Amino acid sequence: MDWQGQKVVEQLMQILLVISGVVAVVVGYATESFRTMMLIYAGGVVLATLVTVPNWPFYNRHPLEWLDPSEAEKHAKPQVVAKKRFSKK
Amino acid sequence: MHSFGYRANALLTFSVTALAFICAIASFSDKFSNQNPSAEIQILNINRLKKQSYGNDEVSLTLDISADLQSLFTWNTKQVFAFVAAEYESPMNSLNQVSLWDVIIPDKEHAKFRIQTSNKYRFIDQGHNLRGKEFNLTLHWHVMPKTGKMLADKIVMPGYSLPDAYK
Repeated sequence: MDWQGQKVVEQLMQILLVISGVVAVVVGYATESFRTMMLIYAGGVVLATLVTVPNWPFYNRHPLEWLDPSEAEKHAKPQVVAKKRFSKK
Repeated sequence: MHSFGYRANALLTFSVTALAFICAIASFSDKFSNQNPSAEIQILNINRLKKQSYGNDEVSLTLDISADLQSLFTWNTKQVFAFVAAEYESPMNSLNQVSLWDVIIPDKEHAKFRIQTSNKYRFIDQGHNLRGKEFNLTLHWHVMPKTGKMLADKIVMPGYSLPDAYK
């Protein structure tokens, strides 16, 4: 998953769960059925899981662009510079 | 959110937290229900009032209990536990409460009832103070919710008394 996809997935998960919670409470209170509330919420959790947990392709629409290896060889490799240590007096 | 495990964990945690919120809201909604239970108890007969071999008084009663506890049931009620207690004063204790009968009411349909029964549990005094004793019969109930805090309340019915001599 790319960065954009990760952000989308986090928001989607939270929105789906909050909405299914709200709908569950409202419908359960209206029908006076605790069981209905729990079933709707459980359904919402399953839906959120299916939508956000697996690595669907549409979360990878903005992939990171890595440098092509043949291009990298044309330029000098970065050198590691030894660190100067300042001793305490 | 970079891996399967990370997303699964985040979803699990968030969904359980949201579930806790849902249950709190459901429990809070009980505050908006109007509750007006009613009950009446008659003593049909005092079967025996005797002194046990240990010296304690024991009485056996037949009760006619009628109650309408239907308004206690909300969508968030698991069951209602109701019991009848005899309350009186004695030289040894300022308040004696003796449970005579109880019932577990699982749903609204069973909450309106009338039953004639002898006392389910023995009415035994700590001592021999029951002759001529005046006592209250109190119907207590505990409303046990599906989520949330248990609620307990009662109706006190005064004015009952026992005979003056053993029989």
